[in-house]
Amino acid sequence: MSTTTTTQPGARRAPAGERVADWADGRLGIYSLAKANMRKIFPDHWSFMLGEVCMYSFIIIILTGIYLTLFFHPSMNEVVYHGSFVPLQGVRMSEAFKSTVDISFDVRGGLLIRQIHHWAALIFLAGMFVHMMRVFFTGAFRKPREINWMFGFLLFVCGMLTGFTGYSLPDDLLSGTGVRIADSMILAVPLVGTYLSFYVFGGEFPGTDFVSRFFPVHILLLPGIMLALMVGHLILVFHHKHTQFAGPGRTNKNVVGMPFMPVYMAKAGGFFFLVFGAIAAISAIATINPVWDAGPYRPDHVSNGSQPDWYMGYTEGAVRAMPGWEWNVLGHTINFGVLVPVVLLVAVPAVLAMYPFVEAWITGDQREHHILDRPRNAPTRTAFGVAWLSWYGVLLLAGGNDLLGLLFHLSANGVTWFARIGFFVIPPLAFVVTRRICLGLQRRDRDKVLHGRESGIIKRLPHGEFVEVHEPLTQEQLHVLTAHEQARPIALEAAVDENGVERKLTRKEKLRARLSQGYFGEHSQIAKPTAEEYLEITSGHGHH
Amino acid sequence: MVVLLFALAVTGGLYAALAPADSARADGPAQSLAIEEGRKLYAVGCASCHGTGAQGTSDGPSLVGTGPAAVDFQVATGRMPLQQHGAQAPRKKAVYSRAQIDQLAAYVASLGAGPAVPAPGQYSPEGADVAKGGELFRLNCSQCHNFTGKGGALSDGKFAPNLHGVDPRHIYEAMQTGPQNMPSFPDTVLSPKNKKDIVAYLGTVNSSTSENPGGFGLGGFGPVSEGLFAWIFGLGALIAVAVWVAARTAKAKRS
Repeated sequence: MSTTTTTQPGARRAPAGERVADWADGRLGIYSLAKANMRKIFPDHWSFMLGEVCMYSFIIIILTGIYLTLFFHPSMNEVVYHGSFVPLQGVRMSEAFKSTVDISFDVRGGLLIRQIHHWAALIFLAGMFVHMMRVFFTGAFRKPREINWMFGFLLFVCGMLTGFTGYSLPDDLLSGTGVRIADSMILAVPLVGTYLSFYVFGGEFPGTDFVSRFFPVHILLLPGIMLALMVGHLILVFHHKHTQFAGPGRTNKNVVGMPFMPVYMAKAGGFFFLVFGAIAAISAIATINPVWDAGPYRPDHVSNGSQPDWYMGYTEGAVRAMPGWEWNVLGHTINFGVLVPVVLLVAVPAVLAMYPFVEAWITGDQREHHILDRPRNAPTRTAFGVAWLSWYGVLLLAGGNDLLGLLFHLSANGVTWFARIGFFVIPPLAFVVTRRICLGLQRRDRDKVLHGRESGIIKRLPHGEFVEVHEPLTQEQLHVLTAHEQARPIALEAAVDENGVERKLTRKEKLRARLSQGYFGEHSQIAKPTAEEYLEITSGHGHH
Repeated sequence: MVVLLFALAVTGGLYAALAPADSARADGPAQSLAIEEGRKLYAVGCASCHGTGAQGTSDGPSLVGTGPAAVDFQVATGRMPLQQHGAQAPRKKAVYSRAQIDQLAAYVASLGAGPAVPAPGQYSPEGADVAKGGELFRLNCSQCHNFTGKGGALSDGKFAPNLHGVDPRHIYEAMQTGPQNMPSFPDTVLSPKNKKDIVAYLGTVNSSTSENPGGFGLGGFGPVSEGLFAWIFGLGALIAVAVWVAARTAKAKRS
């Protein structure tokens, strides 16, 4: 830290930049901050940049969103359109819809900014989803990063809600139908549904309030929460340091990569502009949410092909696939057709969010993990993740049942029945298949370590036999394939203790032991080759 | 009794004056020739399903009273003759010539009165209110045909087809007659002016001359195709960029 307050006469005047930095340091203490963080190391891997994609698209959404708020009128006052889009002239609409059409056709750059805002939102959510999958399948959520996993998960949920409220703001026929479904879901909550619906909409749906209510939630409340979560997320990334894949010289106690300044900063800064450029190019090429085609929302209008944006698609699918069962209990209607989708709306993401805690409980692992797992080396976790993905995917397909039917000449009812059955059948199937594939890949790794890589070169031996030449792996490759540790399952204590007294085992303990057996038991992992095995096989007995 | 006779006379007189023109005019020599030719064509191409007297069979409905507009729509869009039984007859290449279709229409018209083929002035976009047509379309049509008539699925494999490139005359006839699984919108439900507005709206938003201000329209199907596009081309492109950036790193051994 600079503490100099007087300048020596005749001394060289420091360059301007240095003087500004000195000035700032004297007041903010930036030097110590920079000293602590400038050389922070970040490992290089493309999948570690998915989070950056999310952060940059979030920044792009905020920037374009600010521009849109300059022209958007969050009001449901009825007006008659007389703007430049002919097919809507003379049509009655809300001010919100009119201002959205005006942004699209009469505000300079408005349509491009709107499209960047919306495309970036879809990509933001998709990026978060893939980022979350990367963290899940590599086990990066393990101690000490469980809280950061929850931060990320909450960011995704807030992103869904922000996206949904934003999709609703233009008050077009498509989004109005979406809000109508949201209202139905609120109404489906037993006992208090009607009260909640009147509370949210300030009266009977649609009322004249929801746009002006969703607006502050969309532009202030949720983005504020997300910004806070994102800052927390990044602080924790800095605090924990980044995870890395196994490799020579990489241990649980170090990070191998590039320093934050200047290499990582330059790459990250450049990557921001690449992301912005790619999203802007997409927005200039392809239409998104053409509200002028959808027309203004009127509760007596509804269109075929009304779907939410993709991240709400699994809820839409649940609504479409769920049979319309209804009970009447003591004068109260319980509408399972919509109530079950409401439960799934929460339960499907929650199952994934809670997984790290369940795994920690099963494995009983209290250690810190900074080296990532290869998905194949955690077969049960990987299989669970793929099963969850297939579950989500089935619901997503059900949400597009009509378009699948139309475009692939199928019966929409057939697609719905596929989803109804697949909802229960496909995830277990995916679980079993994935687990087998993981174990197969482990066997292959074992084979590669012990016998080398198949070179594709066929050699004929003097006595006529044909063999394939196997090339031994490099030391580096051997390390990557054998660096993972293989845990042993938790053993239950003997049912009878040393004094012959029967021990009381709780059901919870038994369950945990069984699950642990499933994770690390005999049939749940392929023993990795030991150094002795490797030496024995490579010690020059020729062919094997 | 006098009142009843008077009433009957008035009703008969009104009917004579207001009855559909073509069925009333179906007596001229040219018309009867057309009916005769149409009957022959019918016997060859249609009778196997609709019955020899167009009274309908288990394979096809009665055509009595369906009118020439229905024949013109079904045959000129290639839906009839039916290729195979299924959820719905798809649009395909027409197998009859214009003159033959008119003859078939004349024959079916001779069986009983029904909606007439509209005159070009009825479906041309001149004088139509496109915005009104849009509102009517969203109220009456978009439940099945999607926001701008891009088509949509119905139950059990039935579908409302994409209306892109459909002749305005056929759109008008479809509203009059309600082909396949479509309900009919007679003039008492949608006035001729309403129909003209709807046809003009479709010509503006869903034809080869429609403008697409936002760029490539992704089929006009909304969030499903947008979501697919965002995943494949949006996130796909960004992951490709990420791989490229990550591969170009400052490595100690390279310098």
